[in-house]
Amino acid sequence: MSRRLLVLRVNGLAREAAVDEHHTLLEVLREDLHLTGTKHGCELGECGACTVLVDGEPWLACLTLAVDVEGCEITTVEGLAAPGRPDPLQSAFAELGAAQCGYCSPGMLVSARALLDANPSPTRDEVRHALAGNLCRCTGYEAILDAVLLAADRDGSARAAAHVAGGGDRGDR
Amino acid sequence: MMRLPPFARLAPRTLAEAVEMLADQGPGAAVVAGGTDLYPNMKRRQVEHHALVDLRAVEGMRGIREEPGGGISIGATTRLSHLAGSSAVPRALAHAASVIASPQIRNMGTVGGNLCLDTRCSWYNEPEDWRTAVGFCLKAAGDVCRVAPAKSHCWAVASSDLPPVAIALGASVRAVGPGGERTFPVADLYRDDGIDHLALLPGEIVAELLVPPVDGLRVTYRKIRRRGSIDFPELGVAASVRLAPEGICEAATIVLGSVASAPVRCREAEDLLAGRPLTPEVIEEAAAAAAHPAKPQDNTDLSHVYRKWVIPIHVSRALQSLS
Repeated sequence: MSRRLLVLRVNGLAREAAVDEHHTLLEVLREDLHLTGTKHGCELGECGACTVLVDGEPWLACLTLAVDVEGCEITTVEGLAAPGRPDPLQSAFAELGAAQCGYCSPGMLVSARALLDANPSPTRDEVRHALAGNLCRCTGYEAILDAVLLAADRDGSARAAAHVAGGGDRGDR
Repeated sequence: MMRLPPFARLAPRTLAEAVEMLADQGPGAAVVAGGTDLYPNMKRRQVEHHALVDLRAVEGMRGIREEPGGGISIGATTRLSHLAGSSAVPRALAHAASVIASPQIRNMGTVGGNLCLDTRCSWYNEPEDWRTAVGFCLKAAGDVCRVAPAKSHCWAVASSDLPPVAIALGASVRAVGPGGERTFPVADLYRDDGIDHLALLPGEIVAELLVPPVDGLRVTYRKIRRRGSIDFPELGVAASVRLAPEGICEAATIVLGSVASAPVRCREAEDLLAGRPLTPEVIEEAAAAAAHPAKPQDNTDLSHVYRKWVIPIHVSRALQSLS
């Protein structure tokens, strides 16, 4: 049980922290890096409140050792928005009231982001499956599903507009 | 914050190194890969380990590959999401992986971890304070089984999804330990003992799951649980049949999960199917017999009466889907 100097890539930045090897990513994010957007819920892998993206995939920060994700790209809810511009998912969640107490929202948002990055036009059922590991005790889920689908629609429209503006298939993205 | 107790973490690069490290650390050390089963158990102080050998970085232990003889080798640190999405493995096996826990846990958890999942019990998987107040059980430092106090047997439940279907597929496990390596049928990995449920030799590590060619075998897996989004199985039913061209069942394997401390083979039901066509009558007869060897206890989420009652229903549906 030793302490190590770790360099974690979090939200595109290299962040340094001296951590105990048995500390979880959740402890390191919240307590060492002060990124408290990622929530601690059950801390036993049942609720999904601590979900973060590791190389684009939803993982549970409460059951991941920080030392195990050195060299991986970690995305927390703080990393979703561009400066001054919320992620389309965040806008849709706010508009449709997809958060009540809001405690599950960071986990919901990153799980939904991973889904839309892999599958830009999901069905309602695919959204349901992608969010199966994120518990919400307030909303009854329907507003959350609506919000993810709305964000997907907008993402799709934005892509189509960019496609046209860029000259269709000849676009040089 | 519920924290892990301190432990030494070792990160071997080869399987031989892992075996050596595990042996060096002596009793009280364990292996870990995804950590989705072990870490919650350590956080609840159900188990204590002074050292963990992390298999994640072991070379050649991750991935699915086709064997020269036609079978499939699945490395023990292959993640469950990879298995669930693989078109190289039998569909029933991929399906079983796809219904384990939640998307996050499938992204982290591994095939070896699911095969070696600790047994579960409603008197055991509780926080330390709860267990201190109620009294410890046989599986954790107590002297009596809280489920069946009259017997000195631990009834904790084998709650993993891959073993039943792996057995129905005729799969084997390759394990490597200080005494060398050995390959044996998946069923032989388990003992019907909630405490000492894995029949591994001291210091042995499960290295891969070997699935023989399907070769016309029809296989299915059904999982019954309270919440379809995340829960452990309350009942798992794996069935495989080999049908002759005229529809006669040449061989059948029926395996139940979550009804004992090890997967349970339904030999009586299998014998009833052998040499007969899978007609509704034959299926009903076999399904009724399939419940005979299962003795679920009152130690999971759903009641033992319900869990026993639904066995014939789900065995029947499994067999119907194969006929």
